[in-house]
Amino acid sequence: MRGYTERTKKLREMSVSTDPALSIERAVLMTEAYKKYEGSVDIPVLRALAFKEYMEQKTLVINEGELIVGEKGHNLQCAPSFPELCCHTIEDMEVMDARELISFSVTEEDKRLQAEKVIPYWEKRSIRHKIMQSTSEEWKACYAAGMFTEFMEQRGPGHTGAGNAIYKKGFSDFKKDIDARLARLDFVNDVTAYDKKAELEAMKIACDGIIAFGRRYSEYALKLAEGETDPQRKADLLLISENCKQVPEFAPKTFHQALQMYWFVHIGVTSEVNPWDAFTPGRLDQHLYPFYKKEVEEGTMDYDKARELLECFWIKFNNQPAPPKVGITLKESGTYTDFCNMNTGGITEDGRDGVNPVSYIILDTMDEMKLLQPSSNVQISKKTPDAFLLRACEISRKGWGQPAFYNTEAIIQELLNAGKTIEDARHGCSTGCVETGCLGKENYALTGYFNIPKVLEITLNNGFDNYTGKQIGLKTGNAEDYKCFEELYDAFLKQMHHFLDIKIAGNNIIEEIYAKYMPVPFLSIIMEDCIEKAVDYNAGGARYNTYYIQGVGIGTITDALSAISYNVFDKKNFTMAELCEALKADFEGFDRIYNLVTNKTPKYGNDDDYADSIMKRVFDSYCDYVTGRPTIKGGQYRIDMLPTTCHVYFGEVCGALPNGRRAQKPMSEGISPEKGADVNGPTAVIKSCSKMDHLKTGGTLLNQKFTPAVVAGEDGLKNMASLIRTYFALDGHHIQFNVIDRATLIEAQKHPEEYKDLIVRVAGYSDHFRNLSRALQDEIINRTEQSFS
Amino acid sequence: MENALISNIQRFSTKDGPGIRTTVFFKGCPLRCKWCHNPETHISDEEIMYNRENCTLCGRCVAACPEGAVKIENNTVITDTKKCTHCKKCTDECYYNAREISGKGMTYGEICDAISRDVAFYSESGGGVTFSGGECLMFPDLLKKLLQYCKAMRIHTAVDTSGFSGWESLEKIIPFTDLFLYDIKAFSSSLHERITGVPNTLIWENLEKLCRTGANVNLRLPVIEGCNADLEDIEKTAEKCKGFGIKKVNILPYHDMGKYKYTKLGRDYDSNSMSTPSDEKLEKIKEIFKKYSFADIKIGG
Repeated sequence: MRGYTERTKKLREMSVSTDPALSIERAVLMTEAYKKYEGSVDIPVLRALAFKEYMEQKTLVINEGELIVGEKGHNLQCAPSFPELCCHTIEDMEVMDARELISFSVTEEDKRLQAEKVIPYWEKRSIRHKIMQSTSEEWKACYAAGMFTEFMEQRGPGHTGAGNAIYKKGFSDFKKDIDARLARLDFVNDVTAYDKKAELEAMKIACDGIIAFGRRYSEYALKLAEGETDPQRKADLLLISENCKQVPEFAPKTFHQALQMYWFVHIGVTSEVNPWDAFTPGRLDQHLYPFYKKEVEEGTMDYDKARELLECFWIKFNNQPAPPKVGITLKESGTYTDFCNMNTGGITEDGRDGVNPVSYIILDTMDEMKLLQPSSNVQISKKTPDAFLLRACEISRKGWGQPAFYNTEAIIQELLNAGKTIEDARHGCSTGCVETGCLGKENYALTGYFNIPKVLEITLNNGFDNYTGKQIGLKTGNAEDYKCFEELYDAFLKQMHHFLDIKIAGNNIIEEIYAKYMPVPFLSIIMEDCIEKAVDYNAGGARYNTYYIQGVGIGTITDALSAISYNVFDKKNFTMAELCEALKADFEGFDRIYNLVTNKTPKYGNDDDYADSIMKRVFDSYCDYVTGRPTIKGGQYRIDMLPTTCHVYFGEVCGALPNGRRAQKPMSEGISPEKGADVNGPTAVIKSCSKMDHLKTGGTLLNQKFTPAVVAGEDGLKNMASLIRTYFALDGHHIQFNVIDRATLIEAQKHPEEYKDLIVRVAGYSDHFRNLSRALQDEIINRTEQSFS
Repeated sequence: MENALISNIQRFSTKDGPGIRTTVFFKGCPLRCKWCHNPETHISDEEIMYNRENCTLCGRCVAACPEGAVKIENNTVITDTKKCTHCKKCTDECYYNAREISGKGMTYGEICDAISRDVAFYSESGGGVTFSGGECLMFPDLLKKLLQYCKAMRIHTAVDTSGFSGWESLEKIIPFTDLFLYDIKAFSSSLHERITGVPNTLIWENLEKLCRTGANVNLRLPVIEGCNADLEDIEKTAEKCKGFGIKKVNILPYHDMGKYKYTKLGRDYDSNSMSTPSDEKLEKIKEIFKKYSFADIKIGG
């Protein structure tokens, strides 16, 4: 059993051996609160009152032996639902319960409550319903065709993390700030003063909600302590009670209280709505170090104590499966992981090396815990000591994908390019999978994946989509009529712009729906500038607001365009008409064309300038068209290049492509080359990837799979570190490693029961191999194993 | 400028010297070591490599060959190497990557471009470029120019050699070579001739001269049970090298990972008489070198 102490061994075991279940409690309480208040108060106040009632009534849980308390559901591994966003049908619940992967057990009583109380109220009121009512027919057609996905269809905008405010202030202090701001409202000159007042009052109510939650835990722990006969546990419970009396009402005073403070905030944020990527303490080592240092100096803290508390903290994250998803959202993100992503290392706000003693304890903790959640990753700057990097490599080469490596200098440059101050940029983070943002100061939401290779399929079909049987694109002409590559590229570009415009038009509607109907007063309290602006987080209150559209399949599209350019127009190996015939037949009976495009065409990932220049061109076309566009919240659009599990779904909706990728097969993931296309080893992959201008993005994702022999021994470790340092010197944003041999994966696919523990890196996060769909398992097996002679 | 036939330029190579390296394999070698795992580097000429596993016996290669050198017999494709002119018509027509040409004529400029691509990795990892083969000293003028190019770019250079060449060839690259990876396959010349096809007098002479110039030399000892794993012979090697000022010894145990290439080239491979030495034996060899005060002895590359 894994765990540094007996306590954490037991807690971890409990966490990993409990099966996820649905928790209906929240849905019922929210429905009751809405019924009570809707129409009689302003919407932000309604949201705050519903939040407060939930915090005052939800079931309290203190698991045996734990030192940090609070669960999101009525028990560990229980995921509440959010009917105000997505109101599950009874059928949804049955599927959730029965499906083989990412299932949640649902009881008959859950279904009864859903049918009698939840559905009748929310069916027509949910955000999902509003989105489907408000978006255009062409948006819906493209959504159904898999041209793009929509993040906010079942979950709220998230992808953000806590800054350091919550370690300096309690919620009674935040209340004072809010009162001070209320006192400054100017009803004479400010025409929005009324809305501001409603928002600020809502924030105050939300403060009361979380304070009540803390007090309830304090009392509950005290009551348990009174009945506890084991003196050690009694002392633990008294300590918990004392901690919960301090936080969240007042600022934390100890290392332990700092962790408990964050955890209450985490429960608050993820109970208010179900924001994407849960929430994260972000730069935890930075936040905790002042507490650690002070207590070490006072003689009340040491390595063992900090380590046990961090392990307890880690387990809390693992106790919370991501909210149950359905439909396309499940396909784009088929995992229990809720993407809470911590970055350890990096640099400090004033530009010094950020690695401190807590950073090393965090590395030891992630190594020991080996849990899916939280995603524990490292930021490597040029100032990061080699010792830290090597220790991180040592954990990473064990093969389960954590920690992944982020480039501090790239993150900072990306944030500066997006107009942030240098201090805010240095306190930046890569959260979720790889997306860049300023902790505690930014709403940087992913809005959906964009299927770049499918744009080419539509272009070659003159705007027609075979998957839905509809004309969803522009009529840009017949493929066989293109006289040169430029003509084709021009048509491709027109189609891409067309679909991006539709995506952005949809985003503008959805962003407004959230601003109007789904304020998050609790999250707004702790996100800097919301109180000062007196504007909600979902309406543009945060200091920075960024909307990302994530490009998927750059490897596939590059090779597909390269196949056309090289074979049809340069070498004249075959004509466009012949190619189209081959695509229609999924290359069956077209061995010659298949051979030429798969084996004899320049491909991305080989440091081949022919292919890489096409990659660069497509990337620039995509990036430049999106970046800088205005959002409703007064922010800007930017792009990411990451897929989660969406490259598999995007593959399913697309026929054969000119690079020899067969119909329905996955697209390439992140910025990694198409599977099997890279044959010159990892340095060539890194060189190809670094020809993309990462600094113009908000994050890119590169996956490298090694066989264990490649990174074995001290030399292997050093080479791994050198690859990372070099990639980062070339401005690469992120790199992650799967170090598992192919044979092991094939065995695991055959005998999942024997490999229950096998964790692999998927795309910006790790997951249990057994919880992946067959297609995704195959895809991971097929990713090139980089090795050397 | 002379062209050279290159069998492969291997990037992210980590066993041919320190750090992350690019290794250039020249095609052509005066030795025929029985265990050689790069048989495609023996002949300084293009060769057809045939992979039966990928082949569907479609017969397209047979039809494509203008010389009538290719035929299908006993469910496999056979190429008459005497008739084959390496016109590449058959490889162009092969849809399944079953036929490839081994060996690519590359100019000085092309090789320079290839080895420059990973400069960022060399400087970060303390790596560089290794010239190997085959026997790279069979191309002394080109080799010297390439080494000079590397030096001008401040790239660390290593030369992996059998030492079987005229002293002049070796001598002229010394100023541009940071590290020699010098293979010793046997102490006894008759044994050497039996297992590699050539005597080793020249190899020993060159090693002694090279060491005397103060060059940085690593000794590489392939150990093949059934060929040269005789401890007495190895001890003589250690004894002889004792005073040479050699910095490092790599004991390289035999593996048969090159076996499939013999099949692809349609050549025989004598796998029965060779095997991997036991761990105990390798430890014993390590002890021998320790006895003669070599400081850095490593099993493996």
